[in-house]
Amino acid sequence: MSRLDTPRDARLDGTADGELGPSAVSPKAMASGRSSPSADVAVRIVGTLALVGVAATVWLGLFVTPNAVDYADGTVRLLYIHPPLAWVMYVAYGMATLSSLLYLWPRTRHARFDRLAGASAEVGVVFTGLTLVTGSIWGRTTWGVWWTWDPLLTTTALLFVLYLGYLALRNVPGDDETVARRSAIAGLIAFLDVPIVFFSVSWWRSLHQPPTVDLASRHLYVHGSMAWTLLLGFVSFTLTYSWLVVHRYRLAVLRAREEHEGLEVALAERWAEAVK
Amino acid sequence: MWRDALLVCGKDLRIEARSRIGLNQIAPFAAAVLLLFGLALGPDRQALEPAAAGLFWIAVLLSVVLAVQRSFALESSDSARDGLRLSGLDPAGIFLGKGAAIVAQLLVLEALLTAGVALLFGARLSGGLVLLAACVTASIGLAAVGVVYGVVSSGLRVRETLLPLLLLPVTAPVLLGATKAWNAALAGTPAHAGIWLSLLAIFAILYVAVGIVAFGPLLEDS
Repeated sequence: MSRLDTPRDARLDGTADGELGPSAVSPKAMASGRSSPSADVAVRIVGTLALVGVAATVWLGLFVTPNAVDYADGTVRLLYIHPPLAWVMYVAYGMATLSSLLYLWPRTRHARFDRLAGASAEVGVVFTGLTLVTGSIWGRTTWGVWWTWDPLLTTTALLFVLYLGYLALRNVPGDDETVARRSAIAGLIAFLDVPIVFFSVSWWRSLHQPPTVDLASRHLYVHGSMAWTLLLGFVSFTLTYSWLVVHRYRLAVLRAREEHEGLEVALAERWAEAVK
Repeated sequence: MWRDALLVCGKDLRIEARSRIGLNQIAPFAAAVLLLFGLALGPDRQALEPAAAGLFWIAVLLSVVLAVQRSFALESSDSARDGLRLSGLDPAGIFLGKGAAIVAQLLVLEALLTAGVALLFGARLSGGLVLLAACVTASIGLAAVGVVYGVVSSGLRVRETLLPLLLLPVTAPVLLGATKAWNAALAGTPAHAGIWLSLLAIFAILYVAVGIVAFGPLLEDS
């Protein structure tokens, strides 16, 4: 392993080409670890925009926007991050499911969709955790409880566990194609479960005693600078998501390359050094 | 497909009849779970009786994990899985056969557990037809998703820990639906169980369909 560390680290710094699988890369480019410059610039721009956007959201959300009348303690400011986090969560799982389907469809079967599914699901799990935490803090300050068995909350919590299982399965080593196929199928099974869980929990709640806490009851009139800040939150969190997915994806490419061609790359680099 | 399913189901049940692993290990495990629930919530019958349906189905879910593990442990020794793949049986038939064998074992287990909750928790059994319908539909759904995840995790070194993590969260709707259907029946209002029985049926149909399509490629991979 240790002799493979050098080329891998070198390429982590240099960020290899974005979307090309190992087979599509010429041996020379592989050995040098160079990536296409335009793709690199694009990713940097997205990353910078995401950083600026999140910083601006923080500034606007904390210092510029007014405090809502009903939320004297300032927790209304969670508005600018909680819905965008939840939105990114849906985008991430949607993308993971779409990629899994594309992988399973014989005509579009390519390792890139498997990697995209894994990257997106992983980022999705992080955002699910953040959604749950921010929602819980908001719930505590407005309703006085950390948790309520609301359909949306319960479904989100189950999503979290379902996709943790999916990621655990992805992490089990094996033949690339095998791992990709079983992950794609497991991803679809998990996704199919989500609407059933949501509707069953909805019925469960509606047939029970009326909920003491009703999510729909938080009337909040979003206007002016609040609306713009919220919009900025959505945009900048989506950019953050894209940036993270690109990097997780690149890491997956590099991992695959390390496994398959790490030794050749290491030898090639060693040769190059010796010739110099 | 159906003939192959019968063959595989008969094989699994014959092995069970001879080894009695389900009867001697899984059923006592489920009984122990029920007893421990009693210790956790009891000895007050007032607390136990309303919880009986939920505890019953939790015990069933935990047993499903064991039943699925057992079902695929059968195939793991003596390279039985290779034999299965070489046999030329329709993969969908293998899926249905293994699922049907698990359903049969689960139904026996549920009958024993029903006696258990009546005895230990003082649940008054009523609405027998609804109870039975919930058991059948829930078992089909559980066995279907169990067999799919069973074959996914079967050749892996981490299968013992991975299978429960994959399987249990997916079965949340079954737990909810079956528990509510049982509660409705036990409370003497079996008419309220209709929506939950349909939920169980939807779950069962959906995952049987998924299994029929996905089992072949998964078996090849494992």
